[in-house]
Formats: sequence, structure tokens, C-alpha cells
Amino acid sequence: MTFPMPDLLPAAPEILVLVMACVVLMFEAYAVRGQADRSEIVARPRVAGYVLTLLTLLAAAGLTAFTANGVSATTFSGMFVDDAMADLLKLMTYLAGIAAAIYSRQYLADRALMRGEYFALLLFAVLGMMVMISASHLLTLYLGLELLSLALYAMVALRRDDAVAVEAAMKYFVLGALASGLLLYGMSMLYGLTGTLELNKMAATLAGGVDNPVVLAFGLVFVVAGLGFKLGTAPFHMWVPDIYHGAPTAVTLFIGSAPKLAAFAFVIRLLADGLQPAHADWQQMLAVMAVLSLAIGNLAAIMQTNIKRMLAYSTIAHMGFLLLGVMTGELNGYGAALYYVVTYVIMSLGAFGLILHLARAGFEADALDDYKGLNSRAPWLAALMAILMLSMAGLPPFVGFYAKLTVLQALVGAGWIWLAVVAVLFSLVGAYYYLRVVKLMYFDTPHSHEPVLATPGDARLLLSVNGLGVLLLGLLPQPLLALCLEAMRLTYG
Amino acid sequence: MLEGIGILSLTIWVPIVAGLLLLALGGDDRRADGIRALALIGAVLGFLVAIPLWTGFDKTTHAMQFVERMAWVPAFNIHYHLGVDGISMPFVLLNSFTTVLVVLAGWVVIREKVAQYMAAFLIQSGLLNGVFAALDGVLFYIFFEAMLIPLYLIIGVWGGPNRVYAAIKFFLYTLLGSLLMLVAVLYLYFESGGSFDILAWHRVPLTLAAQLLLFVAFFFAFAVKVPMWPVHTWLPDAHTEAPTGGSVVLAAITLKVGAYGFLRFVLPIVPDASHELAWLMVALSLVAIVYIGLVALVQADMKRLIAYSSIAHMGFVTLGFFIFNPLGIEGGLVQMISHGFVSGALFLCVGVMYDRLHSRQIADYGGVVNTMPKFAAFMMLFAMANAGLPGTSGFIGEFMVILGTMQVSFWWALAAGLTLIFGAAYTLWMYKRVIFGPVANPQVAALKDIDGREFLILALLAVCVLALGVYPLPLTEVMHASVNHLLEHVAHSKLSY
Repeated sequence: MTFPMPDLLPAAPEILVLVMACVVLMFEAYAVRGQADRSEIVARPRVAGYVLTLLTLLAAAGLTAFTANGVSATTFSGMFVDDAMADLLKLMTYLAGIAAAIYSRQYLADRALMRGEYFALLLFAVLGMMVMISASHLLTLYLGLELLSLALYAMVALRRDDAVAVEAAMKYFVLGALASGLLLYGMSMLYGLTGTLELNKMAATLAGGVDNPVVLAFGLVFVVAGLGFKLGTAPFHMWVPDIYHGAPTAVTLFIGSAPKLAAFAFVIRLLADGLQPAHADWQQMLAVMAVLSLAIGNLAAIMQTNIKRMLAYSTIAHMGFLLLGVMTGELNGYGAALYYVVTYVIMSLGAFGLILHLARAGFEADALDDYKGLNSRAPWLAALMAILMLSMAGLPPFVGFYAKLTVLQALVGAGWIWLAVVAVLFSLVGAYYYLRVVKLMYFDTPHSHEPVLATPGDARLLLSVNGLGVLLLGLLPQPLLALCLEAMRLTYG
Repeated sequence: MLEGIGILSLTIWVPIVAGLLLLALGGDDRRADGIRALALIGAVLGFLVAIPLWTGFDKTTHAMQFVERMAWVPAFNIHYHLGVDGISMPFVLLNSFTTVLVVLAGWVVIREKVAQYMAAFLIQSGLLNGVFAALDGVLFYIFFEAMLIPLYLIIGVWGGPNRVYAAIKFFLYTLLGSLLMLVAVLYLYFESGGSFDILAWHRVPLTLAAQLLLFVAFFFAFAVKVPMWPVHTWLPDAHTEAPTGGSVVLAAITLKVGAYGFLRFVLPIVPDASHELAWLMVALSLVAIVYIGLVALVQADMKRLIAYSSIAHMGFVTLGFFIFNPLGIEGGLVQMISHGFVSGALFLCVGVMYDRLHSRQIADYGGVVNTMPKFAAFMMLFAMANAGLPGTSGFIGEFMVILGTMQVSFWWALAAGLTLIFGAAYTLWMYKRVIFGPVANPQVAALKDIDGREFLILALLAVCVLALGVYPLPLTEVMHASVNHLLEHVAHSKLSY
């Protein structure tokens, strides 16, 4: 029996990232052992891991952009697919990875966390996300998810002498495992029902009608619950604030950005692709989850005193908004959700990047009160943060407004006017706590007038680009918006 | 003139660019004088580029003029679509003019973060021009909501002791209204077959049920801005806590945005619902006129008093709009312009006194005329205009609206006419207590009369108030064609299409 060699080209970026992740890991291990001088031990891998990671992600971005042609290419016997949506999401993932690395460098160095492990884990997490994004088979999907999750658990626990971080990691691990269990249980039911793990075939079988709708309903409930865990939407959101709060900010930045892209891909692949025929069933579940997330996320965020926790609850609300787009079950809605998640990641990177920027050795800058009077100490940083917060609140002329507009447009177009009204009313609640950050920065007097410490120029530049990008994408939304809608149309049109 | 950039774009972007320039240059308050000069140049330039709107305006047509239209977000068919007619053009001018005054008014008083202060006003000015000029639903919404941001900062950073509360209340209150409008805008997008063109929405047939829901959504957006009773409670707080310039812009321009929205959106897009619910609008307007007039009477704080008087005066505007005759609508529009001058001037007057004594309480003053005769004369004029004395601009609008109301109902007109009594009562009583009487407070005895800068600001406004009061024809002429067209349009039911 011959073993046919699969077409590796569609998976070339994944292969590259895998190889490089191993290289970074090995480099750390051997470089340390080979060195005699202790100071160099610390110095060498630091820079090498960082540079290698950036180069890897840039190369992968080049590879993905170069091979992107809008045509779906399947390989590994239909387990892996490379299509327009995957290309777009992967490019955003690399971007988030690069931004995370650049933003985190100083923070990690200050806390003696600047080790090869961090970058190796980051690359493995990116790889996991890439696999999830390109999965067209339940096994691949699960494989990518676990690869991502395991890397993230380790990253949260990176400060192993910090009790809060370790507790957060434990919580993340236990709840993550529970979610995986739910997901697997649901998947097994779907497999029992349809006899296939391949998403396309599953859709075809389901479209032909099922003998046992109860099993389908059960399977759906478990799968959707698992998705809810991974996305962090209510009522499966309990882990989000604790992890965001407990993890080192550099890790929070990463968890709060790129994995959202993968989770979105997960939802789309599973629901819009494999379970599209059961749309009427999952639609209701998503609607309930979305409304709950908007309510809990926005209301709980008001009460927070820690900005990381506040942003964690705001994430829950944002993911609720995202589900509203998916819930419509229409191409327009998927495109809107894709645009929403892409812009959210950009805003989230900027906001956490700014927190990292203000943090220094021994000071985390994660209490809301630390932002008092920032406008007097660092007007440019305050302006960037204000742009990011107002954009997250969905105010024009920032990109967050268009993200909300796009989703609302899809909702109204699908006839869900009351849901659109609920969504905008909760945006009003959300506006309150984002405005409070602006209030703290502009209206209050600072605790101390010491200037913000100078951080590396590249992080500062990236932060400015990130903040202004949020403004620019809001003034000229067409390119990114059209790209997202087109990617969805090419993939599922 | 720059090729390809229209006049309206200039009125929007010149102030915004000037504001951004200030932000880029500023930061250091030691260079404040240069910053102030630059801000003034920006504001004057913004006014100058708006003048061709008046001189080049064609009074014979109701069609949009100075139109600019280009695709902006083709994915959603959103256009950068600007244009003005007789209804919106005067407000662009009023706004550009007010900005110059506001920059002058903040000249000496603002000593901290001068660049940010001036920049906020300039950017605000550009955004407000955008609101009046936008003919695309999303573009309108963007300007409509973005203008909250500078005003929020103005109130919160440079405002009075209770500024944080006032700023957040102002922001959330107005945001609530506009968010519902966003859903309405999206609904209209689908009803009109995928268009955000406001003029196209005017022709979209809608069922009565849909019209009523749209009316409610737009009502929240615009009634909060006007503000109409009972959604007016943010205004006294915002006005009282805002710095003088903020109060002026709020009273003179942002309140007008709400009323303008009724003319541009509500009446033409949902005419049947407007007729159906006119009784409600008239009732709310009359409550504002009578009840809020009484509330104003008992205020101890001058800014609060003027704020309540603003609500009462804006009640006249909405009353005029919902009686559906030319006198009513034109009267309402004239009243809006006049109120822009008069309330702006009154807030500046309070600002002049506040800068000297740091109190807005009526009880702290008395006998100001003894030490500030020139100021007392100006304030007399503006107080009279606020009371609706013939010969001032305040009279024209109120009289037109009362005449128009008389054609519809004698009793409504009578109730509206009460304002002439209340208005005179609260304004003149306040004037008497502040300006006349014995000098009770030793600080008042030490007051200095207005300087050249303050004289210039008040004189400019006084000229406007008198000119509009004596000869309002140039203004009403501009409005005629557009108002008549609007009324014809509103008279046609959308149900029978």
C-alpha cells in the first residue's frame, strides 16, 4: 500500500512556523548550555529568540500573502483548507504576534521573563491558531485548539513565583480542559449522527435530514457551549477576567488579541460550514449568548477598578457583538463578524500595548487610578489611549464605529431589529466605562508628575501607528471592510 | 481657491486642520500667545471660507447647493455627500461666526492647556458644519456623534466644580438618543434599497407603523439635543458647569442641531407620523414654554437661568415646526438663529462677570451698572432680546411662531404667548437684581468695565441682534424656497405611494 504524499504547499506557512518554533526552543536550550559566561547566557538568547520570532512571523506573512489567491485549496485528505478567509485571518494573526513581541520586549526584560520559552510558546500558539483557522475537519480543529491552549496555559504561568499568575494558569487549564471535554462530547455526537468528521460532508449529510433530531440538538448544545468557553462569551465567561487579570500583561495582550481571530475561525468553520443546515437551532443559542454577553460584559465592566479586568469584561461584550454577526447565518453577517474581530484585535493590541508601555519594573500600571491625569504627564499617550477607548466604545470617526455599524447593518438586514436595539442600548452602557478612562486621563489630576519612562523606540512607534491606524481605518474604512467582505464571499459565497 | 475642494468641505476641514495643527504645536503653555493667535487665524479663516455660501446662494431654488458628492465607502454605498439649502446654510455661517467669538472669549481666561482648549473648539466647529452640510445618513451620524467628543472634553477639563458629573451626563444622555437613530438609519438603508442618501429617504414610501417607530427613534435623537421637555435635564447641568465658550457653543449651535434634525429627517422622511404625533410635539413644546419658563423664574444661578430660558425658547422652535405652516417653520428657524446670538451673548455676559467675581449667583451681584456702565448697556440689549422686545431679533421669531400658531389654534397661541410674559419676567428680574440696586458686595464696587476685546465680542453680537430684529428679510428670503418645498413635501402622505 502506498502512502500518497499530500500537497504541502497550502500548509507551507504552518510548516515554516513549526520548524522555527522548534529552532527557537532548541536554540534556547543549547545556547544556554554552551555558554560559560553567565551574563551572556542571559543576553544572547534574549535577543536571538526575539529576532528569530519576528523574522519567522514576517516570513510567514510574506509566504501567506504571496500564496493568497482567493481560491480554496484542500490538502491532507480534506483535513486542511487554505482559502481567502484563512489567509486574511492568518495575516492578522502574524501581525498580532509581531505586535505582541514588540510591545512585550521591555516589559519582559524588566521582569526577567525575556527567555526563549516565551517566544517558542508564542510561535507554538501562533501555529495552533493557524491550524485552527485552516481546519476543515473536526480533528484538525481540535488539534489546533489544543496546541493553542497548551501554549497559552504555559504562557500564563510564565511567572512561576507569582501566586496570582499561577492561580490564573490553573483556572485557565481546568476550565479549558472542561471546555475541551464538552466540545469533544458534542463532536462525538455529531460524528455518531452523521458518520463523518469532515465539515463539508457533515453539512451535506445534515442537509439531507437527520433521523434523530434529539441527538443533533444535544450535540449542538455541547459544541456551542464549548465554543462559548473558548470565545469567552457569557454564560461561559467566568475565566476571562481572572486570566486577563492574573496573567503578566504581556501575555494578556497576546491572549486578548490573536486567539480571538482563531476562535472566530473556529465558530465560522464549525457553525457556518459544518452545521449550516442546523442554522435555525444554533441561531437561538447564539442570540441568547450574545445578549447575555453584552449585558454581563458591559455591566460588570463598570464596577472594575483594574483596567485589565475592565478590558476583560469589555472583551466579553465585544465577543457578544461578534456573535450577533454570526447569528444572522448570512454571508453579510459572517463578513461583518470578520471585520469586527479584525478591528477588535487591532484596538485590543493598542490598548494593552499602552498598558505595557506605562508599566515599568515593579509597577504594573494596571489600576484605573494609575491613569489619572495622564494628559498632563504624557499628552500623546493620553490621546492615543483616548482614541482607542472611544473606538472601543464604538464612537465615530474611529474604526470601532464601523465595526459596530457593519454588524448592526447585517442584523437589521436579516430582520433582527430588536436585537440591534438591544445591542445599541448596551453600547451605551459600554460607553460609560470607556469614557471613564478618558475622564481619568483628562479631567483628574495625576498622583505624581513624574514623566513616563522612555521605552524602546520601536514599541513607541508601533503604538503611535496602532492608535492612529484606529483613527485612519475609521476615516477610510473601505479597504479593510471590502477585504473582509470579499474574503467571506470568496470563501462561502 | 483649491481645485476640486468645495466650499463646504473647506468650512468643515479648515477649522479641523487648524485644530490639529494647534494640538501638534501646543502642549507648552508658555507659548500660549502664539497659540491663541493661531487659533484666531484658524477661526477667522473658517468664517471667511464660509462667506461665499451666503454671497453665492441662489434664493430661488429649494435644491441643494454647493453639492459635493463622492463615493466614500462603496461597500455600503456611503458617500461623502455635502450640500446646503435655505434651511441649513444659515447655520453653517452662524457656527463659523460663533467660533470666532468663542476663541476671543477664551483669550485671557483660559490659562491651562490653551492649545487643547482652542483645538477642541476649532475641531468642534468643523464637525458642526459637517452636521449641517451632510446629506448622507452615515456621514451625518458621524459628525453628529463625533461632535460630542470635543464638547465632552471641553466641559470636563475646563468646566466648573461639578464638571465631571455634567460632562458624563451630557455625553450619555445625547448618546442614548443618537444610538437609537443609528438603528433607524440602518432600517432606512434597507427600505430605500441600499442607499444612505438622505434626499432619497425623503421619497421612500413607508407604512404608518414603520413611520411611527422611525419617528420615535429620531425623536429621541433630536429631542434630547433640542432639548425638549422632559429630556432636557442634562442641559442645565452642562451649561452651568461648562466654561463660557462651551456654554456659548452649546446654546448657540448644538441645540440647533436637534431642531435641524427635525426638519431634515423627521418631517420629510416620516410625514404621516409627524402629522399623527403633532399633538404630542405641540404639547411638549407648550410644556417647555410655560413650565420651563416658570422654572427659570426661580433660579438663583445666572447660567442655570439662561439654560432654562434656552429650553423655553427652543420650545418655540419645535412648536413652530409642528404646526406645518410657513410662518411657523420660518419663525422657528429665525428663532433658532436669533437664539444663537442672544443666548450666546447672555452666556458671554455671565462669563464677563464670572471672570471678575468668580460667582454665577445672582445674589452675589447688584449695582453692577455703577462700575460697569458699558457692560450694563450691552446686557440690557441682550436681556431685552431674550424677552422678545420688538426691534430685537428675539421678537421676530417668537412673533412669527405665534402668528402661525394662531392660524391653527387660538388656545395654543395663547399658551405660547405666555412666554412673552414669563420671558420678560425672568430675564428682566435677573437683570434688575444683577445690574441695578445698591452695591451690596464690596467686590462689585471694585469691578472694572469691559476691555476692548470684550467690547468687540459683545458689539458684534449686538449688531447681529439689532440687524436681525430690524430687517430680517435677507434671512427669511434665503429660507423661503426650501421651507415651502418642505411643506409641500410634508403635505403629501407617504402611505398612498
